Amino acid sequence: MKKSFTKDQYSKYVEEVSPKSKLFTNVLKAFLVGGIICDIGQLFINLLKSKGLDSDAVSSITSIIMIFLAALLTGLNVYDEIGKFAGAGSIVPITGFANSVVSPAMEFKSEGYVLGMGAKMFIVAGPVIVYGICSSIIAGIIHYLIT
Amino acid sequence: MTYLSAFIVGGIICAIGQILIDKTKLTSARILVVYVVAGVVLASLGIYQKIVDIGGAGATIPLTGFGYNLAKGVFRDVDETGLLGAFTGGFKAGAAGLAAAVFFGFMMAAIFKPKAKK
Repeated sequence: MKKSFTKDQYSKYVEEVSPKSKLFTNVLKAFLVGGIICDIGQLFINLLKSKGLDSDAVSSITSIIMIFLAALLTGLNVYDEIGKFAGAGSIVPITGFANSVVSPAMEFKSEGYVLGMGAKMFIVAGPVIVYGICSSIIAGIIHYLIT
Repeated sequence: MTYLSAFIVGGIICAIGQILIDKTKLTSARILVVYVVAGVVLASLGIYQKIVDIGGAGATIPLTGFGYNLAKGVFRDVDETGLLGAFTGGFKAGAAGLAAAVFFGFMMAAIFKPKAKK
């Protein structure tokens, strides 16, 4: 009697506590890896700024470098390993966007270069572009009407 | 100092994404869409510029920064060319990132083979 009670209590306790602590470690990992990826970006920004480039060029070149690195690491199957550890920490940065382009493109290469690779590249990036561009156009129209 | 603030701001933005994934079961594609639109909205309200001023790359590297970039480009073009700018500004501002993602994405996918599924 006593034993089953403690067992029940225990399983209840596990149910209550385990998702929380899992959430905490997941969030911590995402925070750390996301922070590191942003610092790598900051490193390139500082380097390019010290070369005397203007801020538009600096941010464009930084994006290109970060996307190149993420695409390369995805090709080498390294980025997905980082992703298993980091979760959102590797999804949310622009490197995750690059990963979302390369990963399905590689996977669907066997279905051909046009409708396999060419089309499936945008399986995640497509919606991002659609919603990003549409919302920015709406924001632009509102900005035009207000000013 | 810039590295510390970039780390913290970028880390927090990613941590929020992780909370969304764990709590709402949103797929990563949906998270990215939410982040881009959130970036556009926050940039339109003038809030994201303040986050960028504090966090630097910590704010521009996450995908909210892409949305911020789109909105910034649209506003700049609207101020210069009027309503036409709403249609030209976004792609212009996102050109480098989009072109790089398409080009490097294609090249890497063409060169490398996917890892065999276990």
